[in-house]
Amino acid sequence: MSEVKKFLYVNRKAPYGSIYALESLEVVLIGAAFDQDVTLAFLDDGVYQLVKGKNTEAIGMKNFSPTYSALGDYDVTKIYVEKESLEARGLTLGDLMDLKYEDEDDDWAEKDSIRVVSASEMADIMDTQDIVLSF
Amino acid sequence: MKFTILINEGPYQHQSSDSALHFVQAALEKGHEIFRVFFYHDGVNNGTRLAVPPQDDRNLPKEWSALAEAHGLDLVICIAAAQRRGVMDADEAKRQGLDADNIAPGFRISGLGQLIEGGIQSDRLVVFGD
Repeated sequence: MSEVKKFLYVNRKAPYGSIYALESLEVVLIGAAFDQDVTLAFLDDGVYQLVKGKNTEAIGMKNFSPTYSALGDYDVTKIYVEKESLEARGLTLGDLMDLKYEDEDDDWAEKDSIRVVSASEMADIMDTQDIVLSF
Repeated sequence: MKFTILINEGPYQHQSSDSALHFVQAALEKGHEIFRVFFYHDGVNNGTRLAVPPQDDRNLPKEWSALAEAHGLDLVICIAAAQRRGVMDADEAKRQGLDADNIAPGFRISGLGQLIEGGIQSDRLVVFGD
């Protein structure tokens, strides 16, 4: 399997209210072993998945939010968040987790994984993919 | 064209499984190849042989099994999602110390890598979800 395809994982739902966010993350982590070109997109209520400082103790569910911080170690470095979805929910980039990766092509410099893009830019990103998995 | 199909919802609660079944039937009739059908999230519940829908309704697990037998389809249930929801084959039930299994004929349980591989090997990956 030498062919590299562009995989986009689209996350549209809030975490914890349903299992989509957690099981999407599980696909991303397993998929990372296949050395494909991986991009993550967060839009609609999916932007809540990246909000920092979560505490799930009161709802009795495992807090899987720290897993997003490990994505950089899995070479998942392209994380796009839709600007309009953030704004509609009164959120800014500052409300999101500070996700980083080390750029092997730039002397392992630490860089931001999250990029905020407009809906129009998000459409362009989707248009360039081979495979779009929507959760 | 070569397709892999992803089904993310359980039978009856959502239309996804019906739509996917109809898509696969139509694709096969047109001479296309179905590389794999992968069941994820509540979609794993399509693979229980213990579903007993009313007699005047369609039986989705049985329809999938019949289609698999007729066309040699590869119906794969995600193991992680299946374990959460109690969909087991005999080996997995034994390994987990359970007293029963419930996987329908024609289905097999495997890992998420099968979904990624399906995406790589196929011309199109079509997702049926909510």
